[in-house]
Amino acid sequence: MAGATLAEKIIARAAGRDSVTPGEIVTCSVDLAMMHDSGGPRRVAAILEQLGADVWDRDRVVLVSDHYVPAVDAESAAILDLTRKWAAANGIDRFHDMQGICHVVVQEHGYLRPGMFVVGGDSHSPTGGAAGCFMFGVGATDMAGVLVTGETWIRVPGTILIRWSGRLADGVSSKDMMLASCARLGMGGGAYQVVEYAGDAIEALSYPERMTVCNMAAELGAQTGIIAPDAVTLGHLSAAGAKDIDLAPWRGDPDAAYLTIHEFDASALTPQVAKPHSPANAAPVGESAGRSIDQAYIGACTGAKLEDLHMAARVLRGRKVAAGARLLIAPASTKTTAAAAADGTLTALTKAGAILMPSGCGACAGYGAGVLADGEVCIASTARNFKGRMGATSSEVYLASPYTVAASAVAGSIADPREFIDGEAS
Amino acid sequence: MSATGRAWVFGDNVDTDALAPGLYMKGSLAALASHCLEAVDPNFARSVKPGDIVVGGLNFGIGSSREQAAQVLKELALHAVVAHSYGGIFYRNALNCGLLAVTCAETGRISPGDELRVDAAAGMIVNESTGETFACDPVPEHLMEMIEAGGLVPHLAKRLARDNNEQERKAP
Repeated sequence: MAGATLAEKIIARAAGRDSVTPGEIVTCSVDLAMMHDSGGPRRVAAILEQLGADVWDRDRVVLVSDHYVPAVDAESAAILDLTRKWAAANGIDRFHDMQGICHVVVQEHGYLRPGMFVVGGDSHSPTGGAAGCFMFGVGATDMAGVLVTGETWIRVPGTILIRWSGRLADGVSSKDMMLASCARLGMGGGAYQVVEYAGDAIEALSYPERMTVCNMAAELGAQTGIIAPDAVTLGHLSAAGAKDIDLAPWRGDPDAAYLTIHEFDASALTPQVAKPHSPANAAPVGESAGRSIDQAYIGACTGAKLEDLHMAARVLRGRKVAAGARLLIAPASTKTTAAAAADGTLTALTKAGAILMPSGCGACAGYGAGVLADGEVCIASTARNFKGRMGATSSEVYLASPYTVAASAVAGSIADPREFIDGEAS
Repeated sequence: MSATGRAWVFGDNVDTDALAPGLYMKGSLAALASHCLEAVDPNFARSVKPGDIVVGGLNFGIGSSREQAAQVLKELALHAVVAHSYGGIFYRNALNCGLLAVTCAETGRISPGDELRVDAAAGMIVNESTGETFACDPVPEHLMEMIEAGGLVPHLAKRLARDNNEQERKAP
């Protein structure tokens, strides 16, 4: 019998089994349940009430308000009010109100540790795979089921290995890796299996860059993404306050069976841009270069972490956003904003003419401030560019790295960031 | 477990944001449903009739975890979704909400307006307009009880009632 992949080991542990086989249905104990204001209390409170049930373990619940923050009208204010009251009534201590996007906030507080089985009430929950967790997204009714029982079923996924060899060139980032993956494998390429990322270029990524890679497993249609935890993971999680981290068990066996192995070469990768209306429409930036833009957006769980802001600042320092274009920047969390203020990044961004926005999901999903009018064109560091996602149905969204978004803001049209960062390596 | 209705045929990669647009997620389910799929077919929400069936290609419901993407189809009183494949979260959401979601590799042979009879238990779709019969994947066995109960919430209610009864019986 072949050995087990990392994901299979975590699932077996959560299912109380020695081993599991892809395809079988198992019931797993949930180590942590994370939800937000859109799919959280607003929707699960009524279900719990109907069932006459309480939260199974309030210390295993993380609640983050990020979709409707700050309130912009009576409806969003009411959703946030309900969220806050539910957190208080249910004694949820791990409630983070307006502190940033859940996928970033949950990692800033040391809640994730390698080997955990975690459900998140949001499709970008695979971001937790950077911590070596099996973390996947569910809808509100599934979440209510977890809150009542502390468990959920899954069909054990097989593991698809995406191996990146080589080394990224300057001005090329994890976002480009994922857009290139979407272009080659398509939005169904992950087939609701697990994507495990490995190889020299993955090991060389910083922790936030690993979060981006895992985050966009969602765009491959995978159930989740994961990276075997190592010294980089340990350093980041320890700094975030996670205790009792054990790396040793959480690594695939050398003889583990993978469904497929996809090989990519990081050294040959160039900046990528996904054209409307799919991340799978990605191609080298040259194909979209010169397309005039109305808005550039650096935001979301995918593209507004501190490191993403550093990339943008490298391009923007000493330059100005083009006349006729606007650059909106919504740091992924309040901690990100504070760190960017402390290290001078915010000054570089605002001096260039960037407009600083509150932390939250906002414009990315068309929920908050910064949405697009009919016919407008936007380039964004977000994960999705579905038709109408960021506003009017005839608007167009191009996806790219923070480097490319910033370069395009300066040019007023889609531009290759390598022309803006040569000789400026920090 | 079975449904009969008129087909609305869409292509591959119908995403959650088209099914339940973010701009309207704050409002009521009824208001949200009136914008269902407007980015793909502006006439859909106002023309769809109770009992109709939505037919998609690959990756139907890909994208967000928002459960409203499935609920708006129920709100519009659709009987079922038939697709070649689904976004994984959407598929769970649909069954959890009591919306019949059937997987069939031959959706390309269904035309707009065809009368379909979906028999999920038998694993079969009959195209009454053309007389063709297509095999569909059977509903996963472990979910049968939940689907028959009408979704996850009624299923959990039954389970909790059963657990309570057992506890009462065990009590001295």
